[in-house]
Amino acid sequence: MLKAHQGAEVDIIDRLPTPFGLVRSGVAPDHPETKIVTNQFSRVPQNERCSFFGNVSIGSSVSLSELREMYHVVVLAYGAESDRILGIPGEDLAGTHSAREFVWWYNGHPDCRNLAPDLKSTDTAVILGQGNVALDVARILLRPTMELATTDISSHALGALEESRIRKVYLVGRRGPVQAACTAKELREVLGIKDLYIHIQEADLLKTPTDEEELKNSRIQRRVYELLSKAAVSGHSHPSSGQRELHFVFFRKPDRFIDSDDRSGHIAGVRVEKTMLKESAGAGKQIAVGTGQFEDLECGLVLKSIGYKSIPVDGLPFDHHKGIVPNARGRVLSNTSDLTQLEEGLYVCGWLKRGPTGIIATNLYCAEETIASINEDIEKGVLASTSNMPKPGREGLLQLLETIHRTENYCSKDERIVLFGDGHHEMTRKEHIQYLKQWMTSEERLKNLNKLSDLAVKHYNEKSNSKYEFVKFVKATVLPHRGFLYHITFEAKEKDAVDGQSITFQAKVYDGRKLWDTEPDRFLDSDDRSGHVADVLFEKTMLKVTPTLCGKAN
Amino acid sequence: MFITKFSRLGAHVIKGLRRGQLTSTPGTAYSSVFNNHSLQPLKHQFFSATAGDKSQEGEDEANKKISVTFVDKDGEEKQIKVPIGMSMLEAAHENDIELEGACEGSLACSTCHVIVMDMEYYNKLEDPTDEENDMLDLAFGLTDTSRLGCQVIAKPELDGIHLALPAATRNFAVDGYKPKPH
Repeated sequence: MLKAHQGAEVDIIDRLPTPFGLVRSGVAPDHPETKIVTNQFSRVPQNERCSFFGNVSIGSSVSLSELREMYHVVVLAYGAESDRILGIPGEDLAGTHSAREFVWWYNGHPDCRNLAPDLKSTDTAVILGQGNVALDVARILLRPTMELATTDISSHALGALEESRIRKVYLVGRRGPVQAACTAKELREVLGIKDLYIHIQEADLLKTPTDEEELKNSRIQRRVYELLSKAAVSGHSHPSSGQRELHFVFFRKPDRFIDSDDRSGHIAGVRVEKTMLKESAGAGKQIAVGTGQFEDLECGLVLKSIGYKSIPVDGLPFDHHKGIVPNARGRVLSNTSDLTQLEEGLYVCGWLKRGPTGIIATNLYCAEETIASINEDIEKGVLASTSNMPKPGREGLLQLLETIHRTENYCSKDERIVLFGDGHHEMTRKEHIQYLKQWMTSEERLKNLNKLSDLAVKHYNEKSNSKYEFVKFVKATVLPHRGFLYHITFEAKEKDAVDGQSITFQAKVYDGRKLWDTEPDRFLDSDDRSGHVADVLFEKTMLKVTPTLCGKAN
Repeated sequence: MFITKFSRLGAHVIKGLRRGQLTSTPGTAYSSVFNNHSLQPLKHQFFSATAGDKSQEGEDEANKKISVTFVDKDGEEKQIKVPIGMSMLEAAHENDIELEGACEGSLACSTCHVIVMDMEYYNKLEDPTDEENDMLDLAFGLTDTSRLGCQVIAKPELDGIHLALPAATRNFAVDGYKPKPH
């Protein structure tokens, strides 16, 4: 966006305090080369038109509608932070996790750092799914911890893995080796783990004519199949004692999770149904259908790696069936069916736009498409014009974040906030944020700040024998301190000046309203405590903003 | 003009072939380049400079550049000079050609995907390694002459090569295209 539009200012907002999203929480710790992309990401906010704001959540910190009011364009790119479910009995048994949770755990994502998967009371884990995430998870469970220790794996995970008793991992897929959803790189890696016994049933490698056709059309499936067939015939026929084992289990779909007899509520195994492939109508894809034959895989840990799911936020159209935001080339549609009903200024990108598949490059193209749409809309004048309708952008956001920050200063954990102690001003934290947000944008506040700025100019004129006139208010911060201490930025110009150019001032103004009559005022000695100008700090033509809550230092 | 250009190119090829015997075997040269790449992304590899050059000619060769033409997705051509030993990814970046390189040449992504426009030139390249093929599997708009820009290293035989940047962005996600799961 910065490249495509020379005037654009871009603020990146993340709910975590740290940047890089999935590269940090999703890419495996033993894939440092994939993480090199963070170098490129880091260069982005070095551009002075770009800032990063961490620790800001959509919903609790700022709502989507507020963002849309503050910015001309909002692009949602928050990915897929939830999981698809199987919808079979026993899915909630202790010892079952989604692969995403497990990945977040070993990558040190704050939401899952306390997951504490039990790796000690069992020696067998079942991973449902055969995509790259499934292979990542299998590799982390099976790779010698000596090797993992040199990666940036989270220390709590490394500690737990060092004590892990897991020796045997099943990778279960509904379809066959021809349809395995992983890529060659990840497969090669897991097959190459030191001293690992690999088991693939040779009968599973038999191909039907339809399989042959599928392989002919897909280079990646071809290469994955070749690797699997090679692995099936190489190596020993039996594991040596104590050797770690990886079993590829094809043509099985999970039917139910089995509750443990001696540890009720805990997983003891997975019942799987044998499947066969059937050509689905249209698509040319083969799907797995059950055969009615069942078998049980005993295990004490299940990791479900069957796909991610995006979560909607308030005020965002969402296609629950597909788990994505309905969009036309990145433009958010008001509803799924109608391509003409657009949400003005709202765009979507990445997994939230296409669903949770694809690699970095896929998302690169996806982002380019969204940016092209935005640019088209700017050129066509579809967006609220930047010149006719300026929006507060970063300033607005900072103000709002400060509001929240202030509320948290009043009261960080308590549900109720007592203001003024007169028994009439009690609010919940949420109400207080709401109240402050309204106050920040109210006309009353602006009137007051205009008045205080005007006072500041007069004060300055008296002191410096100048003749400035107040032009307009720019922005202000305020601290409650037996009244309110404002730092106001405003513009003023010299009276009767020929060129009439205004310059920027910043003033510190104390507005000591009589709120606490009984307490002595130690802050000011002025008798008139309303709108006393404490000082005009400086005048400057350019001001640098220093974010108070977060963001990069300017 | 066409003719002169062509004959010049021919001369280079012949010279290149002769030089080919001077340099170390392609296999070893390649693997050393690859290792360097994973350790020190985006550093120049002038491996040919050290390869058995006692003569004056050796130094000339080391400083020599070949001509490479990038063709962008709109079909526009940009011809640049690339020193022997430099990867096409580095060369593109030094010349402001919009070729991404998310993993900076460490064979962990497919963003520097280029298409060699002439089969003859494609055949002059070493075969891609398994690791490169793994990444090419995922490249958008893969062709028979696709390579990763970070793995194509300038050598005299490649003088005059044309590399196309895939026209991916124009076609992506139009008319029901579904990205392949991975």
